[in-house]
Amino acid sequence: MNFEDTPQEAAFRAEARAWIAANAPRQYEQELKKSSLGRTQLAGANILEVAKAWQKKKADAGWACLHWPKEYGGRGASPIERVIWQQEEGAFGKLSYTFIIGHGMCGPTMMAFASEDQKRRYLPKLASGENIWCQLFSEPAGGSDVAGLRTRAERRGDDWIVNGQKIWTSGAHYSDYGILLTRTDPSVPKHKGLTMFFLDMKSPGIEIKPIKQANGASDFNEVYFTDVRIPDAHRLGAVNDGWNVSLTTLMNERMSIGAGVPTRYTDLFEFCCNLMLADGLAIEDRNVRSKLANWAVRASGLKYTSMRAISALSKGERPGPENSIGKLVAGSMIQDIAAFAMDLEGAAGVLSGPDEAETAGKFQAMLLRAPGTRVEGGTDEIMRNIIAERVLGLPGDIRVDKDVPFNKIPTKGRA
Amino acid sequence: MNFDFSDEQKQLRDQARKFLAEKCPPRAVRAVLEGKTPYDRELWKGLAEMGFLGVAIPESYGGTGAGHLELCVIAEEIGRALAPVPFSSTVYLAAEAILLAGSQAQKQKWLPLIASGAAIGTLALFEGKGNPSPQAIKLSAAGGVLDGVKKPVPDGAIADFAIVAARTASSGRDTDISLFLVDMKADAVQAKPLNNVDPTRNQAEVTFSRCRAEPLGVAGEGWSIVSQVLDRAAVLMAFEQVGGADRALEMGRDYALDRIAFGRPIGSFQAIKHMLADMYVSATLARSNCYYGAWALSTDASELPEAAAAARISATQAFQHCAKNNIQVHGGMGFTWEFDCHLYYRRANATALALGSLSYWEDALIDRMRRRNAA
Repeated sequence: MNFEDTPQEAAFRAEARAWIAANAPRQYEQELKKSSLGRTQLAGANILEVAKAWQKKKADAGWACLHWPKEYGGRGASPIERVIWQQEEGAFGKLSYTFIIGHGMCGPTMMAFASEDQKRRYLPKLASGENIWCQLFSEPAGGSDVAGLRTRAERRGDDWIVNGQKIWTSGAHYSDYGILLTRTDPSVPKHKGLTMFFLDMKSPGIEIKPIKQANGASDFNEVYFTDVRIPDAHRLGAVNDGWNVSLTTLMNERMSIGAGVPTRYTDLFEFCCNLMLADGLAIEDRNVRSKLANWAVRASGLKYTSMRAISALSKGERPGPENSIGKLVAGSMIQDIAAFAMDLEGAAGVLSGPDEAETAGKFQAMLLRAPGTRVEGGTDEIMRNIIAERVLGLPGDIRVDKDVPFNKIPTKGRA
Repeated sequence: MNFDFSDEQKQLRDQARKFLAEKCPPRAVRAVLEGKTPYDRELWKGLAEMGFLGVAIPESYGGTGAGHLELCVIAEEIGRALAPVPFSSTVYLAAEAILLAGSQAQKQKWLPLIASGAAIGTLALFEGKGNPSPQAIKLSAAGGVLDGVKKPVPDGAIADFAIVAARTASSGRDTDISLFLVDMKADAVQAKPLNNVDPTRNQAEVTFSRCRAEPLGVAGEGWSIVSQVLDRAAVLMAFEQVGGADRALEMGRDYALDRIAFGRPIGSFQAIKHMLADMYVSATLARSNCYYGAWALSTDASELPEAAAAARISATQAFQHCAKNNIQVHGGMGFTWEFDCHLYYRRANATALALGSLSYWEDALIDRMRRRNAA
């Protein structure tokens, strides 16, 4: 048992480290380090431009989408090399946030289902960040139950005509392309009438509206489709086989390891080390220490769980299912940590302005963002279902709509 | 990076699991639970013959000299099988204390006896309520003569020898404490078994009356040695706890698959699925923390105190969580004497308090994190 690189891994790490040292946009390093994951902002610079420039530089030197084949803009690197790269890229990796959906979900789906010509045409520009991609699955009527989606695609000659609405689409407003899951046959059970496409986000008939979230920010969009025309050549997989295609996408969403899941424990620990309460430092308080210890072991548990997965990659094995716990553990932890930090501030914990002395509103912002973390990318409940079914082997839910034609499924709870 | 046990260590785990499945079925655990025997002598002998008692004892002292990673995988299996033997007191506490602080003569005398199963050892630390603390130690040692009462002493009534923490000064500093090695068969020692929530492991009150004892380690370094022993034992105990947690989770999962209610397996209800998923999360977090503890223990890393506390907390939580929810998944049957669920529940709650309670280790973890942060 050890934490050391193999000689090959060490050589790769040295090469990556040297290239990053010589090429990374160092002027943003401190700001990136301090920013939390999510929509990073840079004072005095457009984050999207900085991110695109860094991605292009990486791509030109062969450091973008490392695990993709070279002919599609990658490096043909092994999974462990990809992890080592992420470790070395450090805070600059936060610049990749813009590309996560495209690289993590759209790319792999295109690789599995697009034609060879399409792969050579679209994937290198996706890898290099010249094109940004988004994923159009969720709908107002299909969140956790994504197969309940209603956006229609109807065949017209060599094209498909799309009408409907998507929601919770990250980055739709600056995306060049998207992958889109539609309903092509409402007369069969819901999983059997879906078809996947990719499309140009500048196509006529697409309207994008930002969603104002509960925390006041706008990280996501609604996307409306009115008679949007998609050529049949942009179909991914067979007609009505879209559910199986989407499983490829969703599987890839949960495959990414190495980056780790931020829990914000360190923020709270530092806060408690410095916060003076009526009878001393918060960290001296018995109740505070007990809570901190509980979160500390969850944070370290996640950290070493991901190291176990990395070790499996290093040995050329497939990581076990352990990593599926990350988002579930981190989501509620962030929420609880934020509420606890505010509680320690007493009545003043309610103040959220950037001038507030203790934490410049950090925990208050965290509290208001946290409910979304527990929902996006699979709700806590969906994550528990996944663990129960795929890891523990428990039966799937009884699905009352499984054999019912989609257009016969009730759409309202109470009449 | 290879943050995992080696193939040989995994083979050893399989070997231990197979051995314990055969020699330590639930009825063997129940024989001790119901007081038919104070511990499973046959199993103890078998563990010695397999070389499991001396796995972290060097060959020159009669062990197999494999190491602490090997001891971790065996500890996990001991916990999984609820082995009703004085393994933790003898191997994690007594043997570790002698390895750390014993004289050459003490090592030569006691370590081979431990490895061969001929001697049961323990650490006599606690004196009634409270967590490990030098202030709590009142038992006096004047001129190598011990006077006082220790309780609870794990396996105190069946131990052949004990490492006893005694007060040798009253300055208020940690250096007031020294360790002694005591022959438990001496007339000056009286051990009385005590009732406890997990009768598959013994607890005793031990009275030392003008008892002659030899020092273990340098006088005045007793507390420092105890602290190190507790950290090392915390990692090993955490592996036992993770073994128990995993088994309790499996029992719950299996029952949820087999039991039909409302016309379907209860494991198809989300209330049950989510409970089991949360148990899996606890057990996984604990296992990963334990692996880090194992690494720190086996390499004598400076991170050991922090890693040990994290492993201990995480594993305590996981075992308690899995054991109690295993009963919940079983419903009424889980609350019967006949089903084995309560054996895990008892063990989970007993091991949670051995070596100091959860709050003690929480406090220790935060202290250690602060120290590292300040450094």
